[in-house]
Amino acid sequence: MSRAEAGGPLLEVEGVSVRFGALIALNRVSLGVAREEVVAIIGPNGAGKTTLLNAISGFYHPYEGRIAFAGRDRTHLRPPDVAALGIARTFQNVALFRGMSVLDNIMTGRLLKMRGSFLLEALYWGPARRQELEHRAAVERIIDFLEIQGIRKTPAGRLPYGLQKRVELARALAAEPTLLLLDEPMAGMNVEEKEDMCRFILDVNQEFGTTIVLIEHDMGVVMDISDRVVVLDYGRKIADAPPAEIRSDRAVLDAYLGVAHES
Amino acid sequence: MVDVVYAVLVAPFKDMAGSPAFLVEVLIGGVFAGLMYSLVALGFVLIFKASGVFNFAQGVMVLFAALTLVGLLERGVPVVLALALTTAVMVALAFAIERFVLRPLVNQEHIILFMATIGLNFFLEGFGEMLWGANVKKLDIGIPDRSFVVRGVQINELELTAAVTAALLVTLLAMFFQKTRIGRALRAVADDHEAALSIGIPLKTIWVVVWSVAGVVAIVAGLMWGAKSGVQFSLSLIALKALPVLILGGFESVPGAIVGGLIIGIGEKVGEVYWGPLVGGAIENWFAYVLALAFLLARPQGLFGEKIIERV
Amino acid sequence: MGRLEVIYREAGQFKATYASDQAIFPIVQDRVVVVAIAVVAFVVPPLVAGEYWLQAILIPFLIYTLAAIGLNLLTGYAGQLSLGTGGFMAVGAYSAFKLTTAFPQLSIVVVFLLSGLVAAVIGLGFGIPSLRIKGFYLAVATLAAQFFLIWLFNKVAWFTNYASSGTITAPHRTLLGVTVTGPNASAAARYVMALAFVAVFALVAKNLVRGRIGRSWMAIRDRDIAAEIIGVRPLRTKLLAFGISSFYCGVAGAELVFLYLGSAETLAFDINQSFLVLFMVIIGGLGSILGSWLGAAFILMLPILLTNLPHAVGLTMSVALQKQIELMVFGGLILFFLIVEPHGLARLWQIGKEKLRLWPFPH
Repeated sequence: MSRAEAGGPLLEVEGVSVRFGALIALNRVSLGVAREEVVAIIGPNGAGKTTLLNAISGFYHPYEGRIAFAGRDRTHLRPPDVAALGIARTFQNVALFRGMSVLDNIMTGRLLKMRGSFLLEALYWGPARRQELEHRAAVERIIDFLEIQGIRKTPAGRLPYGLQKRVELARALAAEPTLLLLDEPMAGMNVEEKEDMCRFILDVNQEFGTTIVLIEHDMGVVMDISDRVVVLDYGRKIADAPPAEIRSDRAVLDAYLGVAHES
Repeated sequence: MVDVVYAVLVAPFKDMAGSPAFLVEVLIGGVFAGLMYSLVALGFVLIFKASGVFNFAQGVMVLFAALTLVGLLERGVPVVLALALTTAVMVALAFAIERFVLRPLVNQEHIILFMATIGLNFFLEGFGEMLWGANVKKLDIGIPDRSFVVRGVQINELELTAAVTAALLVTLLAMFFQKTRIGRALRAVADDHEAALSIGIPLKTIWVVVWSVAGVVAIVAGLMWGAKSGVQFSLSLIALKALPVLILGGFESVPGAIVGGLIIGIGEKVGEVYWGPLVGGAIENWFAYVLALAFLLARPQGLFGEKIIERV
Repeated sequence: MGRLEVIYREAGQFKATYASDQAIFPIVQDRVVVVAIAVVAFVVPPLVAGEYWLQAILIPFLIYTLAAIGLNLLTGYAGQLSLGTGGFMAVGAYSAFKLTTAFPQLSIVVVFLLSGLVAAVIGLGFGIPSLRIKGFYLAVATLAAQFFLIWLFNKVAWFTNYASSGTITAPHRTLLGVTVTGPNASAAARYVMALAFVAVFALVAKNLVRGRIGRSWMAIRDRDIAAEIIGVRPLRTKLLAFGISSFYCGVAGAELVFLYLGSAETLAFDINQSFLVLFMVIIGGLGSILGSWLGAAFILMLPILLTNLPHAVGLTMSVALQKQIELMVFGGLILFFLIVEPHGLARLWQIGKEKLRLWPFPH
């Protein structure tokens, strides 16, 4: 393990800009995330939060700046390569495989952990069968962890929204990622579901040492679970501090809480 | 080797230069075929623009319209009345399709809707032939199928009429989309269903309107093509040719449908006459598709389509 | 019914291991029944069924099932619509003809498998555009394959060994001393051969779709973006589906000529063939191996039913009218299944079975 890999920040985003035609979605955003940290990204709609996650996970490629993971530059990697580095994520609007069972969804999450051998798989024989069963056991541990035993065989598309979000988290966890990107993991949930989700996120962070970057609108949640809060506005980073300081940051109040502040 | 290069790159052009009148005839034949493809493609574009449905059954709608028209004419119905009745039938068909196919499948994935129109395609084919019989019919609309000669170039009267009609219809439709209120509303629906609802036009109505208009376009295409080569099953095959036309022109572009149709029509005629013999002929069957395939790889959004930006 | 209910019970069968839960047929009765069906299928029809049943119904059923499984892997599992099935079947048929006439000593089983491989390579070629294009754009690309391939086989006399008739004919070939192809092959022998192929490849297909490969196909089908972020490589995954699907269609095409038609020209593989197989997949159930069997049986039986039913009730119906009704019923059923039950006959079958399992208590 090199020094950079062991000691430096896990994720480094340096002066990254992304644009679509004339629209500048991200404007020279820099951000460092240390190992085992929980970082929340907040900001008004259209501030570029999801774009930042998309750039990190390789869907968009910045036209300037660089992104490094575990000390290695990965600015121009495609999503499957990003996944191979140990970055997993969930999506704002839940992107489950709707036609597949919950179990299969989570099993798919272990894809990169599995070894391909076409012939053996075609015969479902020997190592292929053993591998399938080993991974099934690993997936069952995640199912137990997230308390979704009862819906194993249900097609993901038929689940209520809150459970879909949980299954999506399970699928991301199945990859045993070093860095977990969560895009509004609690959107559309009721209070009880939010509490459950908070607990899961903190457990993941503490038990597996997974580094977490999440986008969230619920300020209560953000203040509770994050070590550090990054604020984006119009594609720029306007603040980056522990939750307590963010609460009193003038620029943040103006940009983000402005409406509530005035009224 | 040199022979092959000569045969492919030099000889065909020498042939063209050697007999310009023949070249013009080939080109006119291509323009005629191309306009017919354009007409069918136009039906696709209308429906695709307004409902996002890729209507595989457009070609069978052409056949169905032509069969209905011929069937009525054979039973002694006067031409004008027969045209009016056929239009009524196509509008009724639009209502039926909206009610029994589109409404139950609303919000389904595009690919499901596409497959549904394949089902519709076969249903209509069977239904049309059951109603009107499956044998080849001559469609006589009073325009003689004869030619006159201008400066050594043979011009077929029927083809000329068809070309002019098609050109007129295309112009009308383009104006309909650009200038009229409902036309603009239709374009709005294509862009954003909710926005269209907010300006107070029910989606249902819009669907019925576009499928009706596509039905009328199908009548014109059926009329022209049927008068030229008889009303028969092969009419529905020109629908398949409209697919590559759309790839070239873009799925949402009216001018694209026209230009794409002309490129394919002229391309396959010229290709067949001058290059076809080199490979044994009958390249018309696949030329359009392979051209479209090559095009897809280079420019997937078509000539006039907007670049597709995929949102994550 | 009462007896059935006693027999068909999963009560008491607790799945203690993941191995048994991951099995194709988790319920013991199902496994017994399937093995029994397989044994019966190999032994009984060749002894009992007449020439008509074997030749007109069972052999085409087995061959089309193989093709339907192939298309289902591509369209039902990987979500890539193909209208080129007929073309890929033709590749298999013409490859088998060329291979077996060029190398008469080569076992016919090897010939079929190699023909499948040739079809797979061609399928891969036409699958390359699938990286850039989706849905009906891809359908157009596969149409290009369909028309171009058929044209090619029509035009290039080499493919038919310069036969003046333009047809390819299955030559006499034996397997283990039994004549299986050619004019002297018995229907029973051809039936057993077709059954062996489809049984093995249905099992292989089932193994593929329940494992790693099947999951990456379905992931691409259901949500390609989410699949990529998990590490599924779209091109590789889609191409694999194209290749394997074309392999199945290629073998089915070879069988169509060698085990069923005896001789054929390109007309046997035209665009209608592509639609026929697509209908089997849609009606049987997208994304279901069982559905491919049911769909093939249904689509092949329907015309026979339409021919014989009017006779049975004393009606006469012209051939043309039958054809038209057939088209309407096909079209109508496609719409019906897409709207009401997108998982097709396979799903209806499953629902029926669940009802039986819970009988007589509805909940």
